[in-house]
Amino acid sequence: MSANTADKDNNVSTNKNISLPISRVRLIMKSSPDVSNINQEALFLTTKATELFVQYLAVSSFNNGSGKGSKSLSYSDLASTAEEKDTFHFLTDILPKKILAGDYLKTLEQIEDEEADI
Amino acid sequence: MAERPEDLNLPNAVITRIIKEALPDGVNVSKEARRAISQAASVFVLYATSCANNFAMKAKRKTLNAADVLAAMEEMEFERFLEPLREALEVYKKGKKEVSEQKRKEKEKKETDNDKSREEEDDEERMEEEPEAENDAEEEEVEN
Repeated sequence: MSANTADKDNNVSTNKNISLPISRVRLIMKSSPDVSNINQEALFLTTKATELFVQYLAVSSFNNGSGKGSKSLSYSDLASTAEEKDTFHFLTDILPKKILAGDYLKTLEQIEDEEADI
Repeated sequence: MAERPEDLNLPNAVITRIIKEALPDGVNVSKEARRAISQAASVFVLYATSCANNFAMKAKRKTLNAADVLAAMEEMEFERFLEPLREALEVYKKGKKEVSEQKRKEKEKKETDNDKSREEEDDEERMEEEPEAENDAEEEEVEN
């Protein structure tokens, strides 16, 4: 029974059932304060969804990003995707856009100026 | 419970592999980007859990179930995940059923010829090692 499926499995490694560790996902889920119990199916689905999410975030950021020509994916590609795509908006806190300290100071000055004008 | 903050990270090797498989061949993913995606994945789990938990609470249930997770995906506007998730769930359920049927058969067998041969014991041991039997499951997914 397992013999004939084994070679198929090699061709479609991306179709593997699940590669993230379920136990770790459960730990993260349980760290949420108001969650008491999670059934097996919910746990399985969350794990699978997380894998899909990782793929989706990586692909979207790569396609949107500046590194398409040079075949690279950088942090700033991710940060812009988080900012520009609505579905990834919840990531803006952990994927802040990097700006130069000098630019930041300028923005601060501008804000202060504007506030002074009012 | 999580004792160290690292416990809430997902394993880097696995995350890296998933990213690699998703992107075209030869794309270089910076270390910073990989770490960011991994952290994003942890946040995604928390966000999904909290959404799913809201649905469970609304229904006055204490246990998160599959429907809650699927509803959460919709709420989070990850509808694109619904179809693959449903398929994966079917496969998962099927795999589980087969395993439990296998176990039941084994049990029956044990009860009927309890004091019989030793060769069969080998057989049973081999079968018991397969509860993760996802091989069939994978085949199913391919066909779809």
